[in-house]
Amino acid sequence: MGQLSGPTDPTADAHWEHQQPRKGFFTDTSICIGCKACEVACKEWNHNPSDGNLELLGSSYDNTGALGANTWRHVAFIEQGQERITEARESGRALVNLGMPGIGPPGAAAPTGPDLAEVDTTPPDTADFRWLMSSDVCKHCTHAGCLDVCPTGALFRTEFGTVVVQDDVCNGCGTCVAGCPFGVIERRSDGTAVVAAQREDQHAEHPAVPNVGVAQKCTLCYDRLVADEAPACAKACPTTSIKFGNHDDMVETARERVAGLHAQGLTEARLYGANELDGVGGTGSVFLLLDEPEVYGLPPDPRVPTADLPQMYRRAGMAVAGMVAAAAVAFLGGRA
Amino acid sequence: MTHSEFDSFRPPEPPRRRRPGGKRGTGRRDSGDGSREMSMVPEPEFTSYYGRPVVKPAPWGDEVAAYLFLGGVAAGSALLGLGGQLTRRPALCRNARLSALTAVSLGAAALVKDLGRPERFLNMLRTIKVTSPMSVGSWILSAFSVGAAVSAAAEIDRISRARLPLGPLRTLLQAAEGPAGFEAAFFAGPLAAYTAVLLGDTATPTWNAAHEELPFVFVSSAALASAGLAMITTPVHEAGPARKLAVLGVVGDVVAMRVMEHRMDPVAAEPLHQGKAGTMLKWSERLAAAGGLGTLQGGGNRAMAAASGLALLAASALTRFGVMEAGLSSARDPRYTIEPQKNRLAARRAAGITGDSITTAR
Ligand code: SF4
Ligand code: SF4
Ligand code: SF4
Repeated sequence: MGQLSGPTDPTADAHWEHQQPRKGFFTDTSICIGCKACEVACKEWNHNPSDGNLELLGSSYDNTGALGANTWRHVAFIEQGQERITEARESGRALVNLGMPGIGPPGAAAPTGPDLAEVDTTPPDTADFRWLMSSDVCKHCTHAGCLDVCPTGALFRTEFGTVVVQDDVCNGCGTCVAGCPFGVIERRSDGTAVVAAQREDQHAEHPAVPNVGVAQKCTLCYDRLVADEAPACAKACPTTSIKFGNHDDMVETARERVAGLHAQGLTEARLYGANELDGVGGTGSVFLLLDEPEVYGLPPDPRVPTADLPQMYRRAGMAVAGMVAAAAVAFLGGRA
Repeated sequence: MTHSEFDSFRPPEPPRRRRPGGKRGTGRRDSGDGSREMSMVPEPEFTSYYGRPVVKPAPWGDEVAAYLFLGGVAAGSALLGLGGQLTRRPALCRNARLSALTAVSLGAAALVKDLGRPERFLNMLRTIKVTSPMSVGSWILSAFSVGAAVSAAAEIDRISRARLPLGPLRTLLQAAEGPAGFEAAFFAGPLAAYTAVLLGDTATPTWNAAHEELPFVFVSSAALASAGLAMITTPVHEAGPARKLAVLGVVGDVVAMRVMEHRMDPVAAEPLHQGKAGTMLKWSERLAAAGGLGTLQGGGNRAMAAASGLALLAASALTRFGVMEAGLSSARDPRYTIEPQKNRLAARRAAGITGDSITTAR
């Protein structure tokens, strides 16, 4: 059993002998144009069936809705007015002023960005309207709730530090679905592959929905990584909003980018998942966001549930002792 | 901020989600001019992505709730069976052993049925993973079932006057039934308690917030349910210990539930009081109290004992279905994920802990 929480190297924790550097994404939402090429490329490459009934969800240009068994990249669209933009800028500035410690040896944690508390960064051009677009994906957590609670070992940690389901091992118990603090992994149900009527013939030739009844999520294109290829989504992204590479480089790139945006007065920019001291030990997929995480449907303070597992087992042990004691009292307390 | 003629082709605005308490001002929302720029202006307390859930509810249906109940009944019954075995109460011992086997078999069948791939249920025993309460639980369930099956088989053989075609195995069975009763009883407590860890060890807000006290609720519920069943099946002169266990279980259940609700995050506790879950849990407490009182007052009367036992079984089933439903509904509403998390993050920051946020400025 590896470490349950805190900073660690997940690949070493999983006892891989021939480790690869940990791979990850840096998704820079500030340059995402919402083209959804990543969503499409992911579906194509992984043969994922369609979701739902092609209905419009009434949420801007997002008719996908959420990550799920069949959607491993999801582009969120958020429309905001000036008031909210100002608020986002304020909340970002508050974050800067918190003086969040950098990562690394405490002494060497020199601030990377300019000290914004003193500079007048009043942006000259607070737009009166903006669209936020963000391509969400599995976080490939350092401490992955889904992997920890999986009873069959279907979910495993790859040599690249990512988290992958073995389709032929998973028995669809669904524990991982509840274990993920980000709502990513889902059990694939049948009957979701609804196809447009006029293309029925064309689709009839396709194989039935694969892997029905088992848990499904982004594999960080494990099949491509082992062939030294970049994941399909990153390759398809036309703006380099999705960057793929070694996790360390990704985090560094993210830090540089957010410092650059801050220097332009865009204090609303912030990183999500770049802190290895957070509740999941840092994520393999790092994001640059322009508002609070919950605006994008991300949890504001996720914590891997297994971090508290030793305490849960202790409490359960006490409860067991209580139950046995009650039974003993019931029998020993003289004949009623 | 344009208003073009094409705006009229946009799909209608979805109704905004309200907090269940309905505390929000809604003035600016209903401008009804088709412009959607204001739609994501945040509510001061709580923002979400179009009201969609942040975490996903476990894909667990009524089968799993039924298993929580049946597993509890089986566990308590094994303890009663061992007690009957040790204190020479043959009817109590026999009935409890048979109850344990029946309940655990039905429960296991329900669990398998709920799998996405039932034919792969044996994969549960492919590995032992302590980080997975489901894995630990599968092993507990298997070990328990062995003892429950052997001791119940001995009883069945006795009832059928040695007509089971056992041959020389009969001696073996008779020698094994005592130890088997011990073995089942050894795994009984863990069987009753692990399901609480299974629910607690999830990102489902209400279950996770309840993880400290849920094991106590579940073992109490198991005790009162199995005692209730024994009071139904067993003549009163042998059911004395069952009556005592029932009363202890009721006290434990009511107290543990109250303490749990009190110590939980107040927002995450709300689903325990609302909707279907709220109704079930309210009735669960009432029935448990009624069953407990009935046991105390009229446990010596067979009809009264059976009625009380029935109330206790119903109370336990309602507890399990209620807790299950409360958790699933807490996962379906983003508020229960976002608000407690924002509050605890703010509390840590107020306490000067600023280094452990997932959102950072650099
Ligand atoms: S985001 Fe969820 S599904 Fe992805 S690795 Fe983390 S816990 Fe698992
Ligand atoms: S559904 Fe599959 S991957 Fe998920 S926990 Fe169960 S066995 Fe593991
Ligand atoms: S890495 Fe591969 S599986 Fe994951 S979202 Fe990108 S394309 Fe899909």
